[in-house]
Amino acid sequence: MAEESRPQPVPSPALFPSVASSGLFERRSLAELLAPETQARLAAICRRVRRHIVRMTAAAGSGHPGGSLSAVEILTTLYFGIMRHDPSNPRWSLRDRFILSKGHAAPALYAVLAEAGYFPTDLLMTLRKLGSPLQGHVSYNLDIGVEASSGSLGHGFSVGVGMALAGRLDGLDYRVYVLLGDGELDEGQVWEAALAAAHYRLDNLTAVVDANGIQNDDFVARTLNLEPLDAKWAAFGWRVFEVDGHDLVELARALDAARRIRTRPSVVIARTVKGKGVSFMEHNPEFHGRAPRPDELERALQELAGEEP
Amino acid sequence: MKFRLGMPTREAYGRKLAELGETHPEIVVVSGDLAKSTYIYLFRERFPHRFFELGISEQNMMGVAAGLALCGKTVFVSSFAVFATSRCYDQIRVSIAQPHLNVKIVASHGGITVGEDGASAQAIEDVALMCALPGFTVIVPADEVETAQAVEVAARTYGPFYIRTGRPRFPVVFDETYRFELGRAALMRPGHDVTIIANGIMVSAALEAAEILAREGISARVLAMATVKPIDREAIVAAAEETGAIVAAEEHLVQGALGAAVAQVVAETVPVPVEFIGIRDRYGESGKPEELLQKFGLTAADIAVAARRAMARRDALARTPRFLATELRP
Repeated sequence: MAEESRPQPVPSPALFPSVASSGLFERRSLAELLAPETQARLAAICRRVRRHIVRMTAAAGSGHPGGSLSAVEILTTLYFGIMRHDPSNPRWSLRDRFILSKGHAAPALYAVLAEAGYFPTDLLMTLRKLGSPLQGHVSYNLDIGVEASSGSLGHGFSVGVGMALAGRLDGLDYRVYVLLGDGELDEGQVWEAALAAAHYRLDNLTAVVDANGIQNDDFVARTLNLEPLDAKWAAFGWRVFEVDGHDLVELARALDAARRIRTRPSVVIARTVKGKGVSFMEHNPEFHGRAPRPDELERALQELAGEEP
Repeated sequence: MKFRLGMPTREAYGRKLAELGETHPEIVVVSGDLAKSTYIYLFRERFPHRFFELGISEQNMMGVAAGLALCGKTVFVSSFAVFATSRCYDQIRVSIAQPHLNVKIVASHGGITVGEDGASAQAIEDVALMCALPGFTVIVPADEVETAQAVEVAARTYGPFYIRTGRPRFPVVFDETYRFELGRAALMRPGHDVTIIANGIMVSAALEAAEILAREGISARVLAMATVKPIDREAIVAAAEETGAIVAAEEHLVQGALGAAVAQVVAETVPVPVEFIGIRDRYGESGKPEELLQKFGLTAADIAVAARRAMARRDALARTPRFLATELRP
């Protein structure tokens, strides 16, 4: 791929030392994914990721904890079970690509990337700080494993369609995953991209909708009704899976089935809880875009405490 | 002065692109249901598997272009200038400009010479919009020769580009020996009394204006400045120093594009009078291209008037004590 030789336009400040890679992540079979030890490992990672999210947003004093906490199981299942990728070689041409189209959930992605070994977890505390590669909304930077810029909603999905077309053109078997918010589905561009992906029968593309039911101002149902969501995607020509987005087994089954679908793209509608894991953030629109204060951080960390495996 | 009427610059683009497809396997083309009008159908005919039709969905089209670029492709994406810029500006900003991707937006139907289709189809703000995006290179070629050259340079140069082409047939002002250089103006005619800086279809008008002025004994330098960004500072400073009066002429709003870029360089270096030929805070309308150029003051005669005005201001400033000079401002 010519990509490697191209100048990297967003230079990453050398803020951090090189990190010991966790090694190559292969696509795991469903049997491996459902094995008790894998499930226990994924659950432990989810707990750590949640603690990272509340700590880093609290340290930043701003950010989007609610929609980050709702996406934890989705991201963890993708990066630690479904996707083929190599944190020590983020430009590997055969890597499966992940695009965070709901770019405000950046803390969740950064926490998962750090856990996977793209950079040390210490760096997480630089979120939103001057000079940090951990921008408030994700900004293209392959050094830390961020595949595309987003933050303005709807954009990342189209970028994923382009990557899937490129993969097919080049005869490479990488898969493309795009995480969308449910509020994000208000954007017309999402449905333009959905039409295009189905038209081109992009079976190497899987969208995941983090359907946490809350957008910036209010509940999704009261803002602009999306239901019946599964029927909409199906009518656009997509294979639809609907799961509990916090159930690691259901996610594994759906994402595994999605990668075996042929001749059309697939979408996993993951029904989630905004602010999942922290009682006072759950179902609370206030924590869409507000960081926990110090006292709230303490309470959140107490609730998220759990034994390490 | 009569110029041979060449092909539309959009056609010169489409032909060149199809040719580049042979030597540049990394080139792919993204279309928004205007393949015929933008002449990218010529590429599709030869390389159908590297051509992606996305229908009438410019927002998605720009995102898909970004995704292809992120996988190492050199992506050309084409539509009318109104649809390829303002219709999907945020997509260009976030998905292409911010990550500085290798996407070449080559738009057709720039300016009022779109003609009969009227205001909604006439891009008069596109160059300003694209110049406002950090890292974008913006080119407005003058004719078929310069268009083909600029497209080739864009294909060979990493980064996001905007190239504006036009709908009508363009007068040919360059011969085949011309070599377009990115960020470099072409000296079309030497002169020492005043400098006319133009791009796009206005280059031929600038050359005609220089002829009119020559008949009055005025020696007008003409620069074809296709690259609006990055602007050729050297050529502008030399023009300011050596002629002391400048006219900028473009088929665009007077704000935010060639004239503004020239004025900024002049203000920062050698402040001399600058006059602006362009559209003044209004939209276009239906009509024949020539009628519209006339109505909007974009003719050789208009440029000649502006040149005399710039020279008069320069001369008045030279004669006038500094404290009185303010009264002579236009």
